[in-house]
Amino acid sequence: MDFQSCVNIKKEWDIVGARQLGRDIAKKIGFGTVDQARIATAISELARNIYLYAGSGKVCFEAIDDMNHKGLSIIAIDEGPGIEELSQVMEDGFSTSGGLGAGLPGVKRLMDEFDIVSEQGKGTEIKVVKWLR
Amino acid sequence: MDANLKSLVLENSNDIVKMWLEEVQSSKNQEYTSTISDELFESTNREFVNVIFASIEKQGLSSELDDFSERLINLGWPLSYLTDGMQVFRRVTIDFILSQSDKVDSEYLSRVMQKVDAWVGPIINRLVNEYSGSWEHIVSLQRVALQELSAPLIPVMENITVMPLIGTIDTERAKLIMENLLDGVIKHHADVVLIDITGVPVVDTMVAHHIIQAAEAVRLIGSTCILVGIRPEIAQTIVNLGIDLTKFPTKSSLRKGFQSALELTNRKIVTTEEKDESIEKLIDSLDGE
Repeated sequence: MDFQSCVNIKKEWDIVGARQLGRDIAKKIGFGTVDQARIATAISELARNIYLYAGSGKVCFEAIDDMNHKGLSIIAIDEGPGIEELSQVMEDGFSTSGGLGAGLPGVKRLMDEFDIVSEQGKGTEIKVVKWLR
Repeated sequence: MDANLKSLVLENSNDIVKMWLEEVQSSKNQEYTSTISDELFESTNREFVNVIFASIEKQGLSSELDDFSERLINLGWPLSYLTDGMQVFRRVTIDFILSQSDKVDSEYLSRVMQKVDAWVGPIINRLVNEYSGSWEHIVSLQRVALQELSAPLIPVMENITVMPLIGTIDTERAKLIMENLLDGVIKHHADVVLIDITGVPVVDTMVAHHIIQAAEAVRLIGSTCILVGIRPEIAQTIVNLGIDLTKFPTKSSLRKGFQSALELTNRKIVTTEEKDESIEKLIDSLDGE
């Protein structure tokens, strides 16, 4: 499972598809049920952000298998409007759509590594990693 | 010349049919028709080609075509069998016409192609439409079936109602849940509503948001909402996400939720006196006499 597998996000139901694929890969890598739920939830948040704010994009999965550690890396890419103020979206309770505003900071807490690059008018790329312990 | 082409094709239909059948038979080895028995495949092929000729002869779409496609849809034949068959027919017919004509220049060739396309095109369109229509029909039926399952409300006791949720919650379903919940609370005069999320695979911020909104709406109409069936891993992800669920009571299982619902409506479960014991007492008292 080293190769990258991607799910295109265009409709609301694609979120479910991405989540299921992510959960399957996580199970194959050997994550427990709690971490599987964390990973599925994180994918759900990332995919929903793409669906809600960018309209379309994709979520890619990559199994990491180094000498000393295993893990799952998830990359969410879109070519949407980008994020205006990165520090603001990472705050709890900030939302432009009337949601809970817990999405991105929540994903950061659910996963072990979190990396976000966003350029206005060009799009956003979020990379998260969960290590198998 | 157009009429000539038509009569040429119709008069030599036997040859064309033979060529067509040979080509189609050879494609039987392909995966999608390999499970179909030889006799059925052959008889369907013959019927198919007769239907094609009938359509050409009548200069339009025949009711035979509709009947034929409807039967194949019901039998579950793949659409690719029909489209492949039509492509083969186009190729074979053009080949045949060209082999029969002595002078072949580019103008003639394009006219032949155009003519054959005019025969084949409408039939392909009709077949594809029939198939996609039947798929759309199935999808819409399943959507209705799913919708009926999506937000059930069970009045288990006077003043206590349960809504078990199973499966993924999307925006459309969240709306239904809210409507059914509020309607049901009014209709069944429920004081307590238990929302059971045991069967919800993932609780992300969107799902949580909808549940919080539904619970808040239930509170506004004077009832209490208890969230039950929170599995340990879901509890952890909710904490990680930082979702605040302190505003309304939650319980791990439906049983515990039901108990607190009873408490809220000033009732409790009382175990009736054990029967065996009372019978034994009766026997004892009889023995005493």
